[in-house]
Amino acid sequence: MKTRVYVTLKTGVLDPQGKAIHHALEGLGFTGVNDVRAGKLIELDITDSVSDDDIDAMCRKLLANTVIENYRIERA
Amino acid sequence: MKSAVIVFPGSNCDRDLAVAFRDATGQAPEMVWHRDTNIPDGVDVIGVPGGFSYGDYLRSGAMAARSPIMRAVAVAAGRGVKVIGICNGFQILTEAGLLPGVLMRNAGINFVCRNVELEIGSSQSVFTNRYQAGEKIAMPVAHHDGNYEADTETLDRLEGEGRIAFRYAEEVNGSARNIAGILNDAGNVLGMMPHPERMIEAAHGRSDGRRLFEGLFELVAA
Repeated sequence: MKTRVYVTLKTGVLDPQGKAIHHALEGLGFTGVNDVRAGKLIELDITDSVSDDDIDAMCRKLLANTVIENYRIERA
Repeated sequence: MKSAVIVFPGSNCDRDLAVAFRDATGQAPEMVWHRDTNIPDGVDVIGVPGGFSYGDYLRSGAMAARSPIMRAVAVAAGRGVKVIGICNGFQILTEAGLLPGVLMRNAGINFVCRNVELEIGSSQSVFTNRYQAGEKIAMPVAHHDGNYEADTETLDRLEGEGRIAFRYAEEVNGSARNIAGILNDAGNVLGMMPHPERMIEAAHGRSDGRRLFEGLFELVAA
């Protein structure tokens, strides 16, 4: 079963990568973009025996650094 | 005096650190592979070297921090063994929870590779006892993720408890409060982005990093 984990920077945490993407978009002539934040999508292929709590533990212990990142789990 | 240097796949400062340890102690450190599960008996100082462990996958230091040997490093640190993490080693120690905060992408986005001026924040540690508080020294930096961040409460505590060992004396990477290196609350774990092991002899241009190793090993041996 496919599960997606979205890892994003917490609000207020400076995102230099997002800023660079924003500048690049402006350089290409795209207007109207107020802000860009970059994150990660991690796809897990897991068996049915893996519980929501297990996935949450995976996020807390490795997939996200909760000092600066939030995560959202999306089970298929 | 026994010391050890941890080696991860992608470490690239492990041999430089081993030379610095050897020069300061007269004895080559044990090189300990990341898959090992224990630190050799009698080791008093552990070095976590710079480099690009595991290709910086996921986050710099994230994979290395979960490798088998880091559990043993955490146990040793808990016993009071001195641990110094340099550059990627600092990132690994924060990811492992042995030091607070996180090292984010440099605020200017670019990889920064040059000599920078540092100010000694505290000389009251086993790592900085050969320096004077406020003294200005130079060391090379070479990193992409050196922008130290932590919540205000943590930063205040680091400052109040004299745990900011090194500060940048110039703008380098956007680090909160110009932090270049910090100590844990017990004072036996140091993480720093600059490379003292790359400035220990005349051929390096300056030898400002040498006193760190000499002071550390002299105190540990005493």
